[in-house]
Amino acid sequence: MNKFKWVRKLLNSIWPIFIILSFSFAIFSGNIDKLNQSIFSSTEEAVNLCITLLGTMCLWNGIMKIASETTIIKKLTIFLSPLINKLFPELKNDEKIKKEISMNMVANILGLGNAATPLGIKAMKSMQEKNSDKKTLTNSMATLIVLNTASIQIIPTTVIAIRNSLGSQDPTSIIFPVWVATICAAITGITATKIFIKWGK
Amino acid sequence: MQFVNFVSSIAMPLVILIIVMYAFMEKIKIFDTFLIGAKEGINIVITIFPTLVGLFLAIGALRSSGILDCIIHFISPILNQFNFPTDIMPLALIRPISGSSSIAVATNIMKTFGVDSQIGLMAAVIMGSTETTVYTITVYTSSIGVKKTRFVLWASLLADFVGITTSIIICKMLGG
Repeated sequence: MNKFKWVRKLLNSIWPIFIILSFSFAIFSGNIDKLNQSIFSSTEEAVNLCITLLGTMCLWNGIMKIASETTIIKKLTIFLSPLINKLFPELKNDEKIKKEISMNMVANILGLGNAATPLGIKAMKSMQEKNSDKKTLTNSMATLIVLNTASIQIIPTTVIAIRNSLGSQDPTSIIFPVWVATICAAITGITATKIFIKWGK
Repeated sequence: MQFVNFVSSIAMPLVILIIVMYAFMEKIKIFDTFLIGAKEGINIVITIFPTLVGLFLAIGALRSSGILDCIIHFISPILNQFNFPTDIMPLALIRPISGSSSIAVATNIMKTFGVDSQIGLMAAVIMGSTETTVYTITVYTSSIGVKKTRFVLWASLLADFVGITTSIIICKMLGG
């Protein structure tokens, strides 16, 4: 977790500011009773959320563990290869890297976060070996990172689990809207990447 | 509309069915593997629990003290010009930076406005369709020691912005 020191740093400075600001604001604005209530209810909410999340997270992690033991990721990469060829024109003759990238994408799509990141990093390392300027990202590396920030996923499990825990009438109803939003975001990311590359940035 | 609901409700059972059938054909010890994965699931939840307590406290305090309403009161005239729902703003700001913080903010929004309300749905769709962008970029670039990330942050943040805007529009269209 050392690499993410700055996230910790950010929380270390933002969290006390939030507490100081809101607690003193509550005292001056006379909302102190509401604040008292929220102190206790917020810890309770955290417990409730975690207990209800536990079920879905266990179930889904179990299913995804099964998926990662099969050859399903490898099989599904076949469908991606035309897309990969379009997105990574510079890797034309590099079957090994293209394979790693498509496995990373399939793992992302299936929601296998634990499997996707190591696969993606493997692809990054293979590309770095051929990179002439080790301090700067190549076009293909940049494209891979943008793809990974786009969260292309069939089932947004965590948020479904949260909706379930809050007593939603139909927790999975967001799946289709999520697909639409994700695809729009991914297309934007890739288009922007291609334009930046063309401009030679 | 019916199609949307149908696709949404069949997706999860279908994925589970395909995976289990596939694993069955490949003769994997399915239940043992399931248990190993499920145990990892417990760890994930336990690791985020302390963060959630801390963040729920902070977000709860921001809301109950009235300071969040005060801030929203000042920025809403600007955001309203673009038809951007102000209650979503805190989530849009934290989403690219921290995963557990955005879970806390999104849960708080869903709880405050109702999980099946329009704002609640927007929060859920935003959570599902975007990623902890800044974190992901850090993992990938630091893994190979690259310093110059070029345009990657801008392209990803632009994608997030479009993802969030699309989430808002589609939830407005579907009604909630």
